[in-house]
Amino acid sequence: MALLELTDVHAAYGSVRALHGVSLQVADGGVVALLGANGAGKTTTLRSISGTVRRLAGEIRLDGQVISGRSPEQVARLGVAHVPEGRGTLAQLTVWENLRMGAYVRRDRAGVRRDLDRVAGYFPWLGRRRDQVASTLSGGEQQMLAIARALMLRPRVVLLDEPSLGLAPLVVRDIYRIVATINREEGAAFLLVEQNARTALHAAHRAYVLEAGRVAADGSGDELAANESIRKSYLGY
Amino acid sequence: MGIELAASSLLEGLVQQVVTGLATGAVYASLALALVLVFRSMHALNFAQGEMAMFGTFIAWTLITQLHVNYYLAFGLTIAISMAGGVAIERVIIRPVERAPALTVVLVTLGLFFVVNGAAGLIWGYVVKAFPGPPGFPQAPVAVAGVSIGVQDLFLIAVTLVLLAALYAFFRFTRLGLAMRAAALYPETSRLLGVHTGRMLALGWGLAAGVGAVSGMLIAPIEFLDPNLMQPVLLYALASAVLGGIENPAGAVVGGFVVGVMLALIGTYVPGARDLRLAFGLVIIVAVLLVRPAGLLGRPHVARV
Repeated sequence: MALLELTDVHAAYGSVRALHGVSLQVADGGVVALLGANGAGKTTTLRSISGTVRRLAGEIRLDGQVISGRSPEQVARLGVAHVPEGRGTLAQLTVWENLRMGAYVRRDRAGVRRDLDRVAGYFPWLGRRRDQVASTLSGGEQQMLAIARALMLRPRVVLLDEPSLGLAPLVVRDIYRIVATINREEGAAFLLVEQNARTALHAAHRAYVLEAGRVAADGSGDELAANESIRKSYLGY
Repeated sequence: MGIELAASSLLEGLVQQVVTGLATGAVYASLALALVLVFRSMHALNFAQGEMAMFGTFIAWTLITQLHVNYYLAFGLTIAISMAGGVAIERVIIRPVERAPALTVVLVTLGLFFVVNGAAGLIWGYVVKAFPGPPGFPQAPVAVAGVSIGVQDLFLIAVTLVLLAALYAFFRFTRLGLAMRAAALYPETSRLLGVHTGRMLALGWGLAAGVGAVSGMLIAPIEFLDPNLMQPVLLYALASAVLGGIENPAGAVVGGFVVGVMLALIGTYVPGARDLRLAFGLVIIVAVLLVRPAGLLGRPHVARV
């Protein structure tokens, strides 16, 4: 059974419909990429999972349990960490406060303290700059902070929206390397939205290509990368 | 010899006025703190903050003079009752307009102003009542280096500073305080992190109501208690908050002390100015908004467009 399963999800912003029946699955411990052009519904798909967009129809299950219809704060409590577009940096708070907020829903104080150290292990600079105000970090550092903050939830699945946006290629490589490490070592599944199809297909076990609010193609990363017509018509390389 | 004496008594008078000013400033500061707590979380002023404080002060008066509860116990009880009342008011009256424009919220608080004022009049009447000062602090001033200083003045100043320190520690070091800051600044991201932002707002109103009640209990022994007790205080508190930076708790307290001292000095040394005190509060608000809209300790708003 899939960890996260969307079945025929429709969603809208006000009267503007953005998703016309999206179905997809994320396996436990899997890395899944959502590809497609601007406006294809990638971000909306993530938002329908976390409950931050109006869902018109369809069902979303986490571990078999229906989570569609729940509020964002409830979905977070079930172990879904959503790193939104623009990273959702708590800009006026310090690095350490951002991390503590990542664990806000957790009650095990000792576990949270241990995880602060453990997460700082993935990003050694975090510990050294814990009292720095987050707005003074570079874009790449803010992205890493957002991923680290998501980890503090001890998530079942991390929803990552455009982690490479506006970052230099070398930084993007670092971030995907860290995503792979975390996926391997923590067992957290990832559902990531990406404009940069080549990078994403390389990192993902499986990918879905969205077009105009529907799934246009799906398959393993290698399959999609090998399919020339999909590559040319949807992925642009 | 005569001139020296005159000069030293002039200086003593000045110091006394400054201490008195700091004491009344402490009252403005604590109500300003309450205004700031609400403003930070919803970017709207609660015009009923003073009336809520007055209502809390009447509760304290009932506890102390009618039910003979110990002053300090009544002080704490009043804070707790006011906090619960603040939470309830937010959940029932403010929640429906939470997402409405700030102007709507402000109008609702104006309505609340009249409701609370009328309710207090109905329950306790309009005859002024004496409110006791803190027992254990002598009424008579003590002489420090030739300057006589009211011990109760020191109590006022200390309470306000303790209040500020407690709030600072709460927001800085506790999980809940951190979540309240995050929810106020970044509501959308905070929800993704599992924060019930609505509850944080209610909690903000609760804290503000508790802090406001303290300002009422501090001023009541100086002024006399009646339903209109806090109206001038609200204006000075507003001036203090604007002066210090409307989103900055420390700024509100600094602003309160500055306004208190300025009012005391002007009232003493500028002939005829005593009657213009309220106008002076307005002058401060307008001047700050013209010259330095972010206030003394506030950071200017920079909007990226």
